[in-house]
Amino acid sequence: MPSVTVRYFAQLREQRGLDDEVVAFEPGTTVHALYTRLFAHTSVEHLPVSYARNATTVPADEQVEDGDEVVFLPPVGGG
Amino acid sequence: MIAVVADSIDVQAVRAAVTDPGHGAVLIFEGVGRDNFDGKGVTALFYEAYAQMAVPVMQQIAAEAQERFGARVAMVHRTGEVAIGEASVVIAVGTPHRAECYEASRYAIDELKKRVPVWKKEIYADGSQWKANATTE
Repeated sequence: MPSVTVRYFAQLREQRGLDDEVVAFEPGTTVHALYTRLFAHTSVEHLPVSYARNATTVPADEQVEDGDEVVFLPPVGGG
Repeated sequence: MIAVVADSIDVQAVRAAVTDPGHGAVLIFEGVGRDNFDGKGVTALFYEAYAQMAVPVMQQIAAEAQERFGARVAMVHRTGEVAIGEASVVIAVGTPHRAECYEASRYAIDELKKRVPVWKKEIYADGSQWKANATTE
């Protein structure tokens, strides 16, 4: 099955207890579906994340592809 | 100079990066660790960044400031623990005249706070919390 590397930051890193992991997916999976699968029934389930695929912001319905790096971006707090 | 660094920011180096003999104004903005939020004592801040994306977004903001205001912009954000009073971000802006220098400086920090993938955790005497920027700030 194809897979992506998911990297975690901030509260998602803490929730998942990981900096990153390789996640297998069914073809046609969107970044939003991946988030839902990974964080269903957790305290961050409804966090208003945005999505990055290979370090570029993408819409929630963007499909992932084998070998991608996927990052879920919690609301930012820089500055 | 656009960078994410893990140690204290060299303000003079950021300032030096915008040096231009055609400029008549330079502003340096420092975002520094504040010891309170909503009346609650903050003992330190902790920043985390998705650097592979943060740097290109900061470069984009600098390019926009160049296009809009003719400004030369350098910005450096720090990650890891930042003590109260220390800089978490430094932005230097140089322009030919002062009016656009203020505008460009304000533009750069406002856009950074909206768009750059950096996260802040406030550390209190009795716990900690991830804090997002206000969307209207």
